[in-house]
Amino acid sequence: MADDIIVSRDDWSLHRKGYLDQSRHKEKVEEVIKQQMGDLIVDESIILSDGKKNTKIPMRSLEEFRFRYDFNKQNHTGQGSKKMAPGDILGREQATGKGKGKGSGAGEEPGQDIYEAEVTYEDLANILFEELRLPNLDDKKRPLIAHDRPEFNDVRKKGLMANVDKKRTLLESIKRQAFSKKIEKDKRLKITPEDLRFKTWETRPNFETNAVILAMMDTSGSMGQFEKYISRTFFFWMVRFLRLKYENVEMRFLAHHTEAKEVTEEEFFTRGESGGTRCSSVYKFALDLIEKDYPPAHYNIYPVHFTDGDNIGSDNSRALTLMKNLVEVSQVVGYGEILRTHYSSTLMSTLKRISDPKLRLVTIRDRNEVYDALKTVFS
Amino acid sequence: MDSEMEALSKAAQEIAQVARGMGLDFYPVNFEIVPAEALYTFGAYGMPVRFTHWSFGKAFYKMKMQYDLNLSRIYELVVNTNPAYAFLLEGNRFVQNKLVIGHVYAHVDFFKHNHYFSRTPKDMVERMSAHAERIHDYEIKYGRDKVEKYMDAVLAIQEHVDYRAHIGSLQESDNLGKIDRMSTAQNLNCQSKGCKGNCGGGVVKDLGKGDSVNKTNKKGAASPYEDLWEDMSRDDADVDPLLEYEDLLLYLIKFAPGLEPWQKDIVSIIREESLYFYPQIETKIMNEGWATFWHARIMRELSLTDSEAIEFALMHSQVVQPSRLGLNPYYLGVKIWEHLAEKRSISELFELREIETDLSFIRNHLSKELVEDLNLFNYRKVGAHWQVTENEWEKVRDNLVKQLVNGGHPRIVVLERDFEGKGGLLLKHCHEGIDLDIIYLEKTLALVQFLWGKSVALETVVDNKKFIYESSNGMVSRRLGSKSEENGGK
Repeated sequence: MADDIIVSRDDWSLHRKGYLDQSRHKEKVEEVIKQQMGDLIVDESIILSDGKKNTKIPMRSLEEFRFRYDFNKQNHTGQGSKKMAPGDILGREQATGKGKGKGSGAGEEPGQDIYEAEVTYEDLANILFEELRLPNLDDKKRPLIAHDRPEFNDVRKKGLMANVDKKRTLLESIKRQAFSKKIEKDKRLKITPEDLRFKTWETRPNFETNAVILAMMDTSGSMGQFEKYISRTFFFWMVRFLRLKYENVEMRFLAHHTEAKEVTEEEFFTRGESGGTRCSSVYKFALDLIEKDYPPAHYNIYPVHFTDGDNIGSDNSRALTLMKNLVEVSQVVGYGEILRTHYSSTLMSTLKRISDPKLRLVTIRDRNEVYDALKTVFS
Repeated sequence: MDSEMEALSKAAQEIAQVARGMGLDFYPVNFEIVPAEALYTFGAYGMPVRFTHWSFGKAFYKMKMQYDLNLSRIYELVVNTNPAYAFLLEGNRFVQNKLVIGHVYAHVDFFKHNHYFSRTPKDMVERMSAHAERIHDYEIKYGRDKVEKYMDAVLAIQEHVDYRAHIGSLQESDNLGKIDRMSTAQNLNCQSKGCKGNCGGGVVKDLGKGDSVNKTNKKGAASPYEDLWEDMSRDDADVDPLLEYEDLLLYLIKFAPGLEPWQKDIVSIIREESLYFYPQIETKIMNEGWATFWHARIMRELSLTDSEAIEFALMHSQVVQPSRLGLNPYYLGVKIWEHLAEKRSISELFELREIETDLSFIRNHLSKELVEDLNLFNYRKVGAHWQVTENEWEKVRDNLVKQLVNGGHPRIVVLERDFEGKGGLLLKHCHEGIDLDIIYLEKTLALVQFLWGKSVALETVVDNKKFIYESSNGMVSRRLGSKSEENGGK
């Protein structure tokens, strides 16, 4: 009877099935994130925290759907550590997933699994930037600003004391003592001159690439919190995207109503002024700024203008002329109208006459259209 | 074999003797020590080898995370086959393994003797590995995404199989016989182009020839019970078009228009595996209680050192630790068994483990003393609070029973497959007091529609009103159910 019980042990180190399906699951999570991109990239917790926080999103689409009872309408049976009487409160409605203000209705079920994917700013950025492209890269501009840059890429036994590689030196010392096999009484590490290792460098020519974003915004009375937030979100991702491609990305903030002036970032996103709108003023200001500070031969220039399109009619033809000039000197020009109505403005239809593909016209009516706007401008 | 393995092997033999001496009767057991990755994979998949699906990956990730964070630990996993396979977690202490081995023998005894396991195939490991291979082949042939989309949909309704088909209740098995026959009817009738999906409703008398048509459908995908239905289909004559069919998956295999053979095969694979797991779902409390009850008794028979005895006591108490809002099946189960052991003979206990499921076990043996001793209570959501509603023992017992009906899943039956003359599938939720989760209902309905091809409707009750949810072309709509209650219910 003894041979019907067998105890054995095998090598399972190649058994990866769980991990394979786990990564498939992860892939599916990423697909869902991609689908929700429009909502995610405008999330306040990312934009306002400057991209440091992780965002948790409750995700219904990765649940395994089935016919099941409504947990909230069901009678459950539980066990207490003491006698419970009718009317005793066990807990409040759990607040998983709330506070994100997304209103997906998820998370009011205690004990039920809501798959919460933690999405970091990096995850979002990776997925988003994968879809964006930088058009009209002008290679001629690159070599113009070149200077030598040291690059530490080798380790040698001789060198400057200031460049001593501490980690490698210590490792050498440990190695030497291990080889020597002498069991030394006091175990302090001793560093001999042979142990020393130094970082050395080569100089490489470095082609620095510069980009400048000219953020322009209509600050007339009709631009409210919503419009500011939309433009803020757009610029948030735009700067980060351009930083991947260029070593230096500068940003200048130009606010205008009937007159244009340069303002600080804070003023740009928070202050509003009253008055009419004359868009040509800011185009003129941008052109002057380019001429003065950013010679197009050296800089990649990205002017982006957000407005509600409510331009003074008589200004449209002048705006058109100036915009044409602006398009000529820039890599891409974005013109975004943030609207609550279904009509587009006269300025929009005027600008449509410019056939140059470097001019990208977008209309944003809803938060989640920022994503599409980004894709339109950088495609 | 190293010394550790030798000692373990010796202990396993010794414990087997003790267990047999106490009356446990189990299949031969192959124990294998496996690393955490492997054990948690088996836990997530339910089997050492199973088809690939992201939902298993999700389960694996969750379980493994709990283990990595030291929040929970699976000590063993037993597979219901003959011989049985039991996997022990690498790194279990010796005395832990002793407890686990005793626990395993009691599980295997339960598998071998409980009546509800009597029809589970004893070579399920091989079958599932063949299933996995077939599905893998389909992935290569038809593309992973296509197969996955299909699996997603079938897995969503995997619980809706007729798990009592083999028990032999006349009424229910009759229905199945009829499904079988109706399909032959359809196969025969639908060859004429004029018939637009109406062919299933009529009465078909001559069935003898139908069998051959059926067999070509089945091929390797046959479920173990199929021969049974064929036997039954031969000897009854009338088909009542208003019957309720419980086996949604079988119904799809038979009637879903436009399913390709490989797609039917996937449905039948998932159906077979679902039927295999069903008895485990409906005996969870009993079976875990039984194994816990016996491992404690077996351990008392072994000679343990003092420190081993403490370690055993610690582990045992962790296993039966009550959980706050849910119910720990180990704890509830072992309490009932111990309570029974006080009053009844051992041979009566053995009899109970043969004939009961959790449902009858709770209904028959969860007594007033136990409910009060365990501080059990009912609770529900009142406004924004979770509130205790009842603590009278009968109400607690009845509520537990209610939750165990149909394996804890809502009962969904098929009413017809030509709903409103448009070839739609009409399902009915047999409402027994608890409404369905509407978000889930809508999503699942869309998945069933994907399988069925044409529209799919489901009749249910929400807040005491009858509604029909219908999914067609990816859109789910809702309307008030028909005025006359009898219409769908008959």
